[in-house]
Amino acid sequence: MNLDRRHFLRLGMATAGAAAVAAAGFETATAAQTPAPGNSGAAGGVSGGNAGGKTMKVMTTDGQLLEVPAGQARQIKLPVLSSADIRQGIPGRRFVMMIDLAKCDGCGQCTKSCGQMHFIPPDRQWIRVFQMQDSPATAPYYMPRPCFHCDNPPCTKVCPVGATFKREDGIVLIDNERCIGCRFCMAACPFNARCFNWGPPNDPPAALAEGYSPEHGFPRRIGTAEKCDFCPDMARQGKLPDCSSGCPMGAIYYGDQNEDAVTNSQGETLRFSQTLRDRAAFRYREDLGTQPRVYYLPPVNRQYPGPDLHSKKGDQA
Amino acid sequence: MTRRSAASIPHSAASADTAEIPADLLATLGPLGRAGWCLLVGLVAIVCWGAGAYIYQLRHGLAATGMNDYFSWGLYIINYIFLIGVGMAGTLISAMLRLTGASWRRSITRLAEAITLFALLLAGPMIMIDMGRPDRFLNLLIHGRLQSPILWDVFSLNTYLAGSLLYLYLPMIPDMALLRDCSAPFAPWRRRLYRVLALGWHGDARQHRRLEKAMAIMAIIILPVAVSLHTITAWIFGLTLRPGWHSTIIGPDYVIGALYSGIAAVITVMAIFRRSFHLEKYLTADHFRKLGLLLLTLCAVYFYFTLNEYVGPSFVTETAEIPLLAHIFHGPYTVVFWSMATVGFLLPGLLLALPWTRNIPGIVTASVLVNIGMWLMRFIIVVPTLSAPYLPFPPGTHYHYVPTLVEWSITAGAFAAFGVLYLVFAKLFPIVSIWETMETEPKEATVPVAANQPAEEVLV
Repeated sequence: MNLDRRHFLRLGMATAGAAAVAAAGFETATAAQTPAPGNSGAAGGVSGGNAGGKTMKVMTTDGQLLEVPAGQARQIKLPVLSSADIRQGIPGRRFVMMIDLAKCDGCGQCTKSCGQMHFIPPDRQWIRVFQMQDSPATAPYYMPRPCFHCDNPPCTKVCPVGATFKREDGIVLIDNERCIGCRFCMAACPFNARCFNWGPPNDPPAALAEGYSPEHGFPRRIGTAEKCDFCPDMARQGKLPDCSSGCPMGAIYYGDQNEDAVTNSQGETLRFSQTLRDRAAFRYREDLGTQPRVYYLPPVNRQYPGPDLHSKKGDQA
Repeated sequence: MTRRSAASIPHSAASADTAEIPADLLATLGPLGRAGWCLLVGLVAIVCWGAGAYIYQLRHGLAATGMNDYFSWGLYIINYIFLIGVGMAGTLISAMLRLTGASWRRSITRLAEAITLFALLLAGPMIMIDMGRPDRFLNLLIHGRLQSPILWDVFSLNTYLAGSLLYLYLPMIPDMALLRDCSAPFAPWRRRLYRVLALGWHGDARQHRRLEKAMAIMAIIILPVAVSLHTITAWIFGLTLRPGWHSTIIGPDYVIGALYSGIAAVITVMAIFRRSFHLEKYLTADHFRKLGLLLLTLCAVYFYFTLNEYVGPSFVTETAEIPLLAHIFHGPYTVVFWSMATVGFLLPGLLLALPWTRNIPGIVTASVLVNIGMWLMRFIIVVPTLSAPYLPFPPGTHYHYVPTLVEWSITAGAFAAFGVLYLVFAKLFPIVSIWETMETEPKEATVPVAANQPAEEVLV
């Protein structure tokens, strides 16, 4: 049913009035509801003027503006995700991420892409690139850290109101409309993956226009926690998360464990389980027992200079 | 009407009691006096200042505080732990000493139980103040997850609050009757208040038996509730994967710490009332000495617990613990840590242990130092751990926690509110239990387990 979204014609107007309808987030607009007096494209007469030569402008999902006979337009209901759908997750999926540390050159493009997509204010990062060095004699490397979407998540365990929850597709999300802002989840997450909306949010109009969903985490709500959401809204469209697609090195692979395939920005698709085995993948701090859904491939045979950590010793773990 | 007539039946007994209300105890209920009013007005002003700060915080969000994504808890949580720790006072004095038959407790039980009540009354709001969305407080009921330690804490705190209120109130009933029937010139509203609160008490044997029974039951019930509250609060930290918090000893550690700071609070409040309310006869040097010894014991026990918290990690030097210990012992929190060690353990320990300083001034100084030290201890528990995450602070970032004026103002307001509540309480109700002290005085030497005796023989 999620496919419907891609194929249906979003009924919209090129006019300001209709833009407001679209901004209200709604795809349920019908030919009958759309006309506003004075619109050049839309017919003034609402009464079933199908046979007449009246046309109306509609926009396809690709952003093309078409003019179609008004009679051919019909009301389509988008599968609006109920909160139960969002809490359950995408059926049959088990999302995973695999980050190849050998490819990561610490450019920070993942953070930037993610920030743009999620309208993240400059004071926080959902995916954060750390400079690591396990011991003084070993090589330093960069380690991007999204939320690990742990299978034994310490954050959801402690939430007093179930505002943060683990879904069947493996994703840990936050319902910012339920969160009470106690920040226990932030204390519980040993990876500091969570950020907080300390002050009033300053969302751009584009963020406000999208409407809130836990699946993308904006528009922001003051006094609530937020974090990397593993982009389930992109996954529903069959797209990679922005950190992954934005990575110029192709270091971030994302996919479905059930399909046993992960893909990066270069279009390279790997067998997930076999790659884990062949390339000695690991998860960060396995000893903490949180069972992350993010795997790392060790930083071996790198083609770029690693981070110079000798000047900033304080940053080391 | 019927209540009044019922109350007037054994009036002979009641009026005999009335005559016996010691004038010095009755005097504590007299007008506030110039100094008292100055104090009250000053405290109310601080409360208003704190309330103003909170309104500012509501407007600007928690951005008005010094907290950030790494230091996600701060002064409010520190105050919360401190306040419920102080709230252990009442339980210790009124329940533990009661159950062990220490009859000398009688003149300080109410004073201690009132500390508990008001500390708890302010602890709850501290959590609310810390919440990013206090407007969604009801989500705790609507969507509450029993699996979350926060829910346990909510239930535990409220149970303890209700229990403490009850436990404060029960032994006040006979006093309310005494005040209802006494000849002191109380304002009509006040006498009405006493009459309502007296619940028709007329002090017959059956009522006394019931009261004693209720108090004995409460004394037993309140103990596990108090222990649960401190343990669960400790678990809020202990059940996370954080060095410094994730420790098996943290539950008992909080209970002992709470006892320690609770007794210190009782001694401090005792000293204030002894001086300002002229209660030297009831709050005697013996009380101070006994509580001082108790404080010394707990100083030793808590020191032992604290030692355990640091020796293991310092010896083993597990990777995750290293930055934490470094920050505490020779980093940003060194001053706070060693101040805590000095003010919280060393000085009070010396003052209480040395016979030359184990007098009222010495013991009171020690208890004031312990109060300060224990607040610093809570700072050391909460903040340094947040400064030592598993993953290092990202390059180029400088996270630190410096509480803002808003936080300090709200903190000051909360402590001032404690003072206001306490002052009003002490002016409205006898801070030293009248009937219990009257009951004790003649029999103190001979009835070590007076709590278990039917009280009518003593009082009537």
